[in-house]
Parts: sequence; structure tokens; C-alpha cells
Amino acid sequence: MFDAFQFEFMRNALMAGLLASIACGIVGVYVVVKKIVSMSGSIAHASFGGIGLGYLLKFSPVLGAMVFALLSALTMGLVTRKTKLPEDTATGILWALGMALGVIFIGLSAGYAPDLMSYLFGNILTVPVSDIYLMMALDVVILGIVVAFYKEFLLLSFDEEFSTAVGMPVNGLYLLLLCMVALTVVVLIRVVGMILVIAMLTFPAALARQFTHDMKKMMLLAVVFGMMFTMGGLWLSYALNLASGATIILLSGLVLLLSYILTAIFKKAKPERA
Amino acid sequence: MTDSDVVRLEHVWVSYNGTSALEDINLRVAEHDFLGIIGPNGGGKSTLLKVILGLIQPDKGMVTVLGNPPVKSRCSVGYVPQTSHFSLDFPVSVWDVVLMGRYGRTGLLKRYGRPDKDAAQKALMRVGMLDHAGAQIGDLSGGQQQRAFIARALVGEPRLLLLDEPTASVDSAMQTEFYELLANLKKEMSIIMVSHDIGAVSVFVDKIACLNVQLYYHGSKEITPEILEATYKCPVQLIAHGDIPHRVLREH
Repeated sequence: MFDAFQFEFMRNALMAGLLASIACGIVGVYVVVKKIVSMSGSIAHASFGGIGLGYLLKFSPVLGAMVFALLSALTMGLVTRKTKLPEDTATGILWALGMALGVIFIGLSAGYAPDLMSYLFGNILTVPVSDIYLMMALDVVILGIVVAFYKEFLLLSFDEEFSTAVGMPVNGLYLLLLCMVALTVVVLIRVVGMILVIAMLTFPAALARQFTHDMKKMMLLAVVFGMMFTMGGLWLSYALNLASGATIILLSGLVLLLSYILTAIFKKAKPERA
Repeated sequence: MTDSDVVRLEHVWVSYNGTSALEDINLRVAEHDFLGIIGPNGGGKSTLLKVILGLIQPDKGMVTVLGNPPVKSRCSVGYVPQTSHFSLDFPVSVWDVVLMGRYGRTGLLKRYGRPDKDAAQKALMRVGMLDHAGAQIGDLSGGQQQRAFIARALVGEPRLLLLDEPTASVDSAMQTEFYELLANLKKEMSIIMVSHDIGAVSVFVDKIACLNVQLYYHGSKEITPEILEATYKCPVQLIAHGDIPHRVLREH
């Protein structure tokens, strides 16, 4: 394994994994506690439209994905807050529309779409240096927002009605939160692919929740778990010659399941609290 | 209007999708009033509180809180929502929940400072929950959660306290203690408490209003069987238990 890090692509892969873990660990905690998992899935899938547009108009598909993810986050936020359309209906519509647009755009673009599979399913081994810099910049933005708005996001996630009653600009902060999810999608897209982004947003945070009731510790733990999963998954995929994105997800999914099962057994063994 | 009016509603109408939730509500709450509002579920009790909080904009009518529109008075209003609304496995400690009540006095992007932390400590002490400050909110009993949420409402040093079904998750042994706390708080602020528990409310509050879309309120603690019938749309038998003083109902 350590021989492998002589290669630049392996070092890049390691770096990409670490940067992805930071974004998904922190934002994933909000996704899990605020229960916006399927909404985040919708934002991720809608970004496919941007990837397609990138291919069609010959600009960076990652940039296209970022624009589409941000736009769908804002649309989702505004539609669910300002109209009577149920949240899951809006989620489904945006999810499918973005995907359909992507398919049409790619169909219209002349010839072959290189790297398409890596956007869909991720390939941590082929992350270009330019994308590493982008991931780094987005991590800094996400960290900055969370440090600045930690108090507000805690209120927003815990009790929106009370937040409104104490005069917090709830709708604006909600949009900001969804935009952070959109940026995280962009950070994760090269590592696990847009289809599997939702897993990285959920699994490390859900696992962290098993161990702590403190939101800051939960974020820290989720980042650490994310790193363990990306590294472990990378090593497994290298050793067993499997697709890296899917291996990372399967590994984290299995660990999460195991933790749930162990917790259930442990809780049964423990006498009920009086 | 007089300066002593903490809450004043004049001809307030609220409807959801064409159905009236509140019809022509007139209400005045003075300083140090302890008003209980009773009525059936779906009678508009929570809606009325949300109108006073400025969370719901009435279709018609005028609302003032401490002489201003509700939105402007939010800093001076403490709100205790129904605890059943929360996902209680949320990763947050009692201390952090209480600090949330300081948001109105801290503001966007600013950190909680020393005055906020002092206020949180004082509020927790007041409700007897300082020892549980570090506990996760979901690990507390119903009564303890209740007191934590009251501390969150008190920490902003409100002049008006709104409580929505506060006794729903509190067992009856805890209720007396809870009402004693409110009786103490009444010296410093006005309190409006919404409940469907007629018996308990009538013992401890100073004034009672009955709400079922329309409000029946005469500025006193007396409820007549006629008012109760109008509120609940069916005859209600008032049974006076030993622990309910007879002054609740005047002889008819």
C-alpha cells in the first residue's frame, strides 16, 4: 500500500479523500440532524444537468455541476418555503429534471463524453490537481460559513419556530444551509460520484451520532470517520481491484450497519433506565 | 390605549384555507396578569399564541405587544412551545438549548458573551435545572425538559411569557411544583398559558378565557356553564374535586 504513494495519482487520491471528508463530515451532520437527506440527494442528482451542460458547451463539467447544484438548492429552498408544494414532491421533481437535462445535454454534445463515468460513480484515482485546489477552496468556504453561523445553524436545526420567534432570519439561513450542501456535493463528486454523494453526506454523520450528543464533537468524529472510510475504501479498492467510489460507500455502509446492530444488542443487554 | 396593556388584540381574524381559526378576537392582558386560555383541541389556542408572537399574520384586526407590533417586541417575549414538537434525540445539551433564548439579545453572527452565559446560569438556577446543564436534552424526563424550555424562555428576560400546553408532558405530581414556579414568575412578568386541562388551570391562574374560534373572556376567573357550553359546543359537567377551591365557580 505505502509503495503506492510514490505515485502522484495516489497522493492526489489521498488528498482528495481528506478534503472530501472535511466537507461531508461537517455538512453531513446538518443534513442528518435537520433531516434533509433526500433533499440533499435531489441537489446532488440535479447537478448532473450542469455536468451535461459542461460537456455540451465545452466548459468544465465540475463548474457546471456547481452552478446547477447551487441553483437547485436555491430553487428547492424557495419552493418549499414560499409555495404550498409538499417538500418531497419538490424533491422528486428537481431530482428527475436535473438528471433528464443532463442526459439530453450529453446526447446533444458531439461525440464521446470522456470521464462521464467518473462524475457519475466517482474515481478517486483520477482526481486532477485543479479539482483538488477547487475542493480545498470549497472546504475553506464551508468551514468559514459554519464557524461564522454555528449558533444560527444550531437554532435552525433544532427549532425553526422558536428561531423565528426570537427574530432570526430563518429562511435566509435555510437557503445558506442548502447552498452549503450544494458546495459539498461539488467537493464529493470526483471522489464518490454524484449518484453516491448522498451516502457520504449521511453515513459518517449518522455513525458519529451513535457516539456523541455534542454537535461539534459529532462533526469532528464525522470528519474522522469520513477519512477512515475514504482511506480504507481506497486501500480495499486498490487491493481487490474494485471501483473506488463504490468500495468507499460499501465500506462505510457496512460499518454503519454493524454499529447499529451492535448498539441494538448492547441496549438489549443493558437493563432499562428507570 | 393605556400603557399598562402588555397584549392587546382588537377584532383579530385568522383563517387557514378559507376556514376560520380565530373570529373577531378581542383581548387585553395587563402587566402581571396570569391568563389561562382553555378550549378544545383545534379551537385556535396555539394560533392565538402565534399571532401574539408575530409568527402568524392575522387577516384582519390589530395586534400590539408592549405597545408595538408583535415582531418588534420579540425581544421581550418568552415562548415555551409544546415539547412534543421536538425530535428529542437531537445532539444538543440543556445549556445550549437555554442559550438559544438569548438569540434576540445577541443577534446574527455574534457569539454568546458573558452576560448571555450569566443569564443562562440564572435561568437554569431559577427552574432548578443547573445540575443538568450538561445533559443531552433527550435524556431528561418530561418535567425536566419542560423546565429547560421554560429556562430558555426566561433567559431573554421577557416581560411576557407564553406557554403552549405546558402540562401535557408533566405528570400530576410535578404539576404543583410547576405552577408554584409560575406563581413566582408572575411577580415579574405577564403570563399567558394555553391548556386543555380546565381543572389545573382554574386553580392557579388569575383570569380565564375560553377559546373555540371565538373568545369568551370577561377579565375574571369565573367561567359559567354557559360559557363552557359555548366553548365546547356540548354540555360540560364541572366536577369540583377536593383540591379545587370553590371560588372557581360562583354559585348559580
